[in-house]
Amino acid sequence: MPQRTPLYAAHVAAGARIVDFAGWEMPIHYGSQIEEHHAVRRNAGLFDVSHMCALDLIGPDATRFLRRLLANDVAKLTTAGRALYSCMLNAAGGVIDDLIVYFFTPTRYRIVVNAGTAEKDVTWMQTQLAGFDARITLRCNSKDESQTKNALAMLAVQGPQARELFYTAFPASRAATESLAPFHAREWPTDKGVWLIARTGYTGEDGFEISLPANAVAEVWQTLVDIGIKPCGLGARDTLRLEAGMNLYGQDMDETTSPLDTGLTWTVDLRDTNRDFIGKSALVTRRQEHQFVGLLLLERGILRAHQKVFSSQGEGEITSGTFSPTLNQSIAFARLPVGIILGSEVVVDIRDKRLKAKVVKPVFVRNGKSLLEFST
Amino acid sequence: MNTPTHLKYAASHEWSKTESDGTITVGITDHAQEALGDIVFIELPAIGRTLKAGEECAVVESVKAASDIYAPISGEVIAINQMVIDAPESVNSAPYDHWLFRIKPANPDELSALLDADGYAATL
Repeated sequence: MPQRTPLYAAHVAAGARIVDFAGWEMPIHYGSQIEEHHAVRRNAGLFDVSHMCALDLIGPDATRFLRRLLANDVAKLTTAGRALYSCMLNAAGGVIDDLIVYFFTPTRYRIVVNAGTAEKDVTWMQTQLAGFDARITLRCNSKDESQTKNALAMLAVQGPQARELFYTAFPASRAATESLAPFHAREWPTDKGVWLIARTGYTGEDGFEISLPANAVAEVWQTLVDIGIKPCGLGARDTLRLEAGMNLYGQDMDETTSPLDTGLTWTVDLRDTNRDFIGKSALVTRRQEHQFVGLLLLERGILRAHQKVFSSQGEGEITSGTFSPTLNQSIAFARLPVGIILGSEVVVDIRDKRLKAKVVKPVFVRNGKSLLEFST
Repeated sequence: MNTPTHLKYAASHEWSKTESDGTITVGITDHAQEALGDIVFIELPAIGRTLKAGEECAVVESVKAASDIYAPISGEVIAINQMVIDAPESVNSAPYDHWLFRIKPANPDELSALLDADGYAATL
């Protein structure tokens, strides 16, 4: 039996096409995913991301625990509400999940993990918690009634007008959040419980991600739709994140992939040589085996995951590929042999054809603008 | 779901229309275009290619997926619709106006194996 977010009925009423995503019945689009994509690049779009799982980590050892659990270092989080993107690795240096951690105090954090991995993530974290004085509380929507009492729903409002439209809908939130820098969040007390308003997202546009009590989300969703923010499904979310150069767990990386091979070296923090995080020793000996790049298809067709790529340095594979509505051409992420030169041409096997593609940095669009002129 | 009664259908979601000269015009159904979502790329068979009924002969790709198109009947490809190659999204807006290719049937009796509108609707 698939799970549903508290907004399922609202999606159906809005004409959403519903698909199964990691065991959740989610909207893939509400008519046209390309129109939804453009709405986010040009104005504002609204996403239900309540399938993702929020966890609270509380206890005297919370910071020490996360410095062991995560490849990125929470020690650099010193202001309340600061967010950090990190991989959680296994002992072999493979990616168990990628997640966002929000710092409130050295003894209190919020973690948001992917829907499809939430269960194994929590099991892994609980196992690693042995010997640490800290506790994990699930805040996800779950079939298990005992866990849904304090469940959070999550919305993303994304686009150049997203924050302004959000303030039009909720004017009282402006004072609390207007000064937030990117990747910062603030807890905002309301008469419907505490909302966490974060200036984060998965689209390459400005905007907020808002966590709020699940029983309040339907009304908030409707308010944001009424003010003119376009509901967007997972289809647009995927083309937006790909254009923005953001990895998708399970597609661009998994437990067999090292963060060094999927363009996430920047999230592995080795600066504190005394810090021993899980997977560190493996990463130090394993080294980088692949180069994670972007591809631009130079001929007609669509790049897709698992297509083979032939380069001067040897064979590689596409991990995510799609049609880019902003660039009006096909784009992809690929894992190629180390040593590939940006700007060089490769050949991609698409069915019975071999089509030419150009190697670029794996980020195509930011804040509504193509980055291609800068990536040679 | 729009399923015109003057057309014949394959369970793999192609429609076929018999023209006055006996050739068969082929497209994809309203159900198919809706299931695919925004169509962004169409690849059609070469003119002159000989097709067998049920053979993969074209590809329609939406943002999210690629879908093979099968020849509803055997015969030779005598025309392709360049307009859907240039503007694939037109198939979303009017799937029965924007055909993909035209076949000169090798054996017109094969048409009787295709479904009528009610028969196709029952498969959905």
